[in-house]
Amino acid sequence: MTDKELQVKQRQEVQQAGESTKPERQYVPPVDIFESKDSVTVMAEMPGVAKGGVRIGLEEGTLTIEGTRGDVAGSAENFLLREFETGHYLRRFTLAETIDQEKIEATMTNGILTVVLPKREQARPRQIEVKAG
Amino acid sequence: MAIIRFDRPLFRGPMSEYDRMRREMTALMRAFGGYEDFPPSTAGGVYPPLNISEDTDHIYVRAEVPGIGAKDLQLSVEGETLVIKGERMTNAADEKLSFHRREIECGSFSRAITLPTRVQADKVQAKSVDGILTITLPKAEEVKPKKITVNVG
Repeated sequence: MTDKELQVKQRQEVQQAGESTKPERQYVPPVDIFESKDSVTVMAEMPGVAKGGVRIGLEEGTLTIEGTRGDVAGSAENFLLREFETGHYLRRFTLAETIDQEKIEATMTNGILTVVLPKREQARPRQIEVKAG
Repeated sequence: MAIIRFDRPLFRGPMSEYDRMRREMTALMRAFGGYEDFPPSTAGGVYPPLNISEDTDHIYVRAEVPGIGAKDLQLSVEGETLVIKGERMTNAADEKLSFHRREIECGSFSRAITLPTRVQADKVQAKSVDGILTITLPKAEEVKPKKITVNVG
């Protein structure tokens, strides 16, 4: 049980070099990145994105996470209160070369994307035994 | 034109009054020219941010609650008040991990809102898909619009 109360965070829009041709918004999803002994995990908050709407790309050491969401609100409804904007998600990270690119795995649960990036064998810390001479 | 009647907490931060004015401007602009896209502000708001909409028979309350499963959410309707409570657990805190970034917050939340009309509390449905909670509240029979036929005398 945590006593902390959740706060509303202002969404950040993706700043792009070129202008988008579509009138859609893209937001920067908040992420958690943590590292364990043999992998790096990226968790991204992308509510409204189904499993099929996620695209993860890895090109030249850049990890791209993209989430496309379907339209949630029906068109025949009248808005009474609007506190959050709906849009797509995009975020890029530069990866170290120590990631085993073949073994990247991703799961999507309750709007949170988890990408597990396993480290390459030689990048893992190794205990070196000192032998008695 | 929809009648908006939501209870506001007494003090929501220094920006709340500005937010209220902005919302009213949005409503005004919508009434005049169908200008829909005035950006909302969540500054000083209460978690979770809600989108509320209606059609003739239902009120829809949508909340973005990523990472919170159906079992961690509690909903209740009492009279015209809808209460949403829940908690987001910390992820993988037990292992020996070193964090590079920590932007997803954990904690509990509770929010109560007054609905714009009376609802049939026993027929309220809620579902949580991909981190979006949708609550469908059927309006009470007496507040639904009735068609009145004009008889030829």
